[in-house]
Formats: sequence, C-alpha cells, structure tokens
Amino acid sequence: MMNIQQIQEEIVDEFSLFDDWMEKYEHMIGLGKSLPLIREEYKTEDNIIKGCQSKVWVHAELDNDKLVFTADSDAIITKGIIAILIRTFSNQKPQDIIDADTEFIDEIGLKEHLSPTRANGLVSMIKQLKLYAIAYQTQLN
Amino acid sequence: MKTLQLNTEKIRKDFPILNRKANGKPLVYFDNAATSQTPQQVIDTIAHYYQNYNANIHRGVHFLSQEATDAYEQARIKIQKHFNIKVPHEVIFTSGTTHAINLVAHGFSSFLKEGDEILVSAMEHHSNIVPWQMLCERTGATLKVIPMDQNGELVMKDYHALLSKDAKLVFCNHVSNALGTINPIKEIIDAAHAVGARVLVDGAQAAPHIKADMQALDVDFYTVSAHKMCGPTGVGILYGKSEWLNKLPPYQGGGEMIAEVTFEKTTYADLPHKFEAGTPNIAGGIAFGAALDYMNAIGFDTIAQYEDELLQYATNKLKKIEGLKIYGEASKKAAVVSFNIQGIHPYDIGTILDKLGIAVRTGHHCAQPIMDFYGIPGTVRASFSFYNTKEEIDTLVEGVQRARNMLV
Repeated sequence: MMNIQQIQEEIVDEFSLFDDWMEKYEHMIGLGKSLPLIREEYKTEDNIIKGCQSKVWVHAELDNDKLVFTADSDAIITKGIIAILIRTFSNQKPQDIIDADTEFIDEIGLKEHLSPTRANGLVSMIKQLKLYAIAYQTQLN
Repeated sequence: MKTLQLNTEKIRKDFPILNRKANGKPLVYFDNAATSQTPQQVIDTIAHYYQNYNANIHRGVHFLSQEATDAYEQARIKIQKHFNIKVPHEVIFTSGTTHAINLVAHGFSSFLKEGDEILVSAMEHHSNIVPWQMLCERTGATLKVIPMDQNGELVMKDYHALLSKDAKLVFCNHVSNALGTINPIKEIIDAAHAVGARVLVDGAQAAPHIKADMQALDVDFYTVSAHKMCGPTGVGILYGKSEWLNKLPPYQGGGEMIAEVTFEKTTYADLPHKFEAGTPNIAGGIAFGAALDYMNAIGFDTIAQYEDELLQYATNKLKKIEGLKIYGEASKKAAVVSFNIQGIHPYDIGTILDKLGIAVRTGHHCAQPIMDFYGIPGTVRASFSFYNTKEEIDTLVEGVQRARNMLV
C-alpha cells in the first residue's frame, strides 16, 4: 500500500508526460471518470463543498483505521480535481491526511492554470477533506 | 437605414489592455457586462487629476480645491446632459448602482407600511432584489414578482394585473445582465404611475448601449455604474426626481452633507450634497465625465448598431454548434449571449475558454432566480462591446467547439 507521499509522486510523474495544458486537462478529465462515486443518498446539501462554482459532494467513512472518501461533481473538470485529491487521501489514516502537504498540486502545474475562483474551489476541497480527517481522528482517539 | 461606420481598428488602439495576452493567447475580452475596458483618454484623465489638481472639493478656498471642484461639477453637468436630466442636482454621485439602489431602498423605509406592495421583475440582479427584501422586512410591505417567459421577456399582461392601489414601488432593470433582454420600461413606468407607484430602473446594463432620456421616460429613479461604460470602478450615479430626493432622508451622515451642526440638531445640506457625505471619488467622477465624452464622440447610435451586428453574428454562429442552447431570446436584446451546451457544465466551458485566452463569465450572474426559472446551475455568458470584432467572435465559436469536443 502506497503512502500519501508516494501516490503524490506517482501523480506528478503521470502529469510530467504531458507537454501542453490540453493533454493535462484531458488526463484530468479521464481521472474524473475513475472517481469512486459517492452513493446517491449522500448527495445532500450538507455534503456539498462550499466555495466552488460547480457542485462537489464528498462523503467520508472509516474502514478500520483508514478513511475512505467518495465524491462527485456536476462539472467534469472539477470531478477530475477531486478525483486527484481523493486518490491521494483515500484509504489513508486520518492523522496522515492531516499531516500531508499538497505541494504536488503546484508541481503537476495545475494550480497556476486554474482560474482564481477554481483555485479557491481547490483550496476548499483540500480543507474539507482535512476537516473530515480531523473529525475522524478525534473519534479514533 | 443609414449605415453608421465604426472604425474598430482605430478604436482598439485606445484600449491598451486589448493588446494583452491571456494564458499565452491574445486576449479576447467578452466579459463586458461585468465591467468594460478603459480607454487611454479616461486613464489619462485620472492620471492628470492626481498629477495636477488633486485636492478635496467643495470646502477649500485654495486654487487646487477650486479647480478640482470645478472639474467634478463639470462632470456632473456632462452626466446631466447625457441623460437629459432637468437639473444638475438631480444627479447624485454614488459608488455605483448597488449603492444607489440601497440609498433609495433605505430612504423608503419611512414611506411604507404593512399591506403596501413592492413589485420587482423576475430578471433582477441580486443587488435589485436583496435591498427590497430588506426594505420589506423593515416595513412589513410585501414583495411581488413580475414573471418572465421562456424567451426571457417580462409577461406584461401579468404586470398590469399585479398593479393595484397597494403597489407603492416598482423595480426593474432596463437591460437584464444575465439574458440581455431590453425591458419595455416606458410601459412599466407609465402603468406604475397610473396607480400612483414610483419606479426605480436599474440602468447599469443599459447605459453602455442605450442613451436613456430621463425626462422622456419620466422615471422616478435611474441608476448607473461608470465602470460598465468605459469609466473607472467605484463611481456611479443615482438619478432621482427632485421631488423625491427632497423627501428621502439622507443615507449616510458625515461631512459635506450638512448645512449646520450643533450637538442638539443638524440640518442637512441641499441636493445633491445631502446624499454625498464624505469625500467622494473625485478622480472617478471626473473620469466618468471623460468616459461619456469618449463614448459620445463615437456616438451611441453607431455603438448600438455595431453591437447589434456583433450580437446577430455571434447568435447565428453559436446556434450552429450541436447541443448549444441560448437563454434569453427576447425580440429586443443588448449584446449579451447566455448559453449552455447540453450535458456540459458552464464552468467547464468557461475554464477551457480561459485557457484559450477568451474571457467570458460563467455561473448564475448574480441572478439566481433566472437560473432557477430555467432549471440550470448557470450559463456561459459572452457580452460584447463596440471594441470587439467579428474575428474575436470567430475565436469564441472555435473555442466553444473545442471545449465541446473535449468535454462531451
């Protein structure tokens, strides 16, 4: 099982194969399609991440000592972004999620390409995933 | 019809920002309904003010203060003439349309009571909904909505039916920011007056395209933001009939708006100063005047005709894209195209267009009730100005096509 750091390195490697933004976006859209989808009953108003122009729903639950995320979005690029984040954070221990940095977003060259409103959405998504981790860590303690 | 010529090549040279690149591509600026770009002549006016006669106005006896006051008051007169307003003091400088609407909404608190009705159109910007909701909360008045149809036109039959003797205020935009609809405001104003209601027209989106005549319209209040018509941000006007401006209480207290102050009582200054507390946006007001000069030199008829040509060109080309639907197909429209492609979120399209250097707006455009009406999360909105070209529209159409290929 790879740790967060290793998964992030793997994603950075994947993105380094692409020269231009279009290929990167196409890859990201592709990743969105493999996102572990949230169950319909969890697509509630409470599970929407605020701060994004498009809707993003996230659900988290504990599987033994690991946190498992599922999500969805009504916008395909946003779905790609949340898919990348979930790939790094899902099936990890809450404390590791809390401690993880997210510099790799810069490294894959996405943050600089994302519009400010979208970047804000990205920040909100990271914040929300970490908030879940904090909540479940408290529960584990 | 006489063909009016617009020398776009020459005009574009006046706007330095249009030479910029965005994401490595030549900028195509189609977010004019959010804010227009600023010509060098207006930028120079602002710089000239700070370089030569920056001073506080209306108070100083000194040379600079008098020059600044003269220039500011000259701008007020330019605005008065442009909108065919009876007297200069009916022009109140504000920070923009939102400020102007809030000023009126606040002022009407003391004139409304429970049972009174406020009518607002279904296609308002949030800034022309929220202040009236707050006014209703304060006074117990009821907010009623003038409905719209699928084409994005107000249902005038329903409007006339809604108007009763209880109707005290009617609010409507002259042009819808989200759909581009030009509303029949003369009919709205006359019908409201017939039952004794007052009318505020939000002219923010209309002013860059239509030279509205306040006396001919006989409107009670009209609001404009300078930054939508080649002027700077942070300045706009409230036009109001003297009769009503004299009745309404001041909105903010402070310097400039007083006649006499003692700790027992303050008497307020005459119009327009009663509503202009504090040091205003002096450079902005003067630059607003310069922006009107600039646009009038080109001519509003010429601008309207050219923008309509751009609108027709863009509408026809965009409609050929498979699955593309245009929201707002009123018979009279300003140069705004709001659209979606079936199965694609507007935000995704906007993001891809941005990568191609094309600036459009995505989202609900601060008009959520309209989006709810159509049952959509938002639209992509391209809004054109007289400095845009058909070639730029071609770039947009290619961009939308490319986004579609990537996203479908």
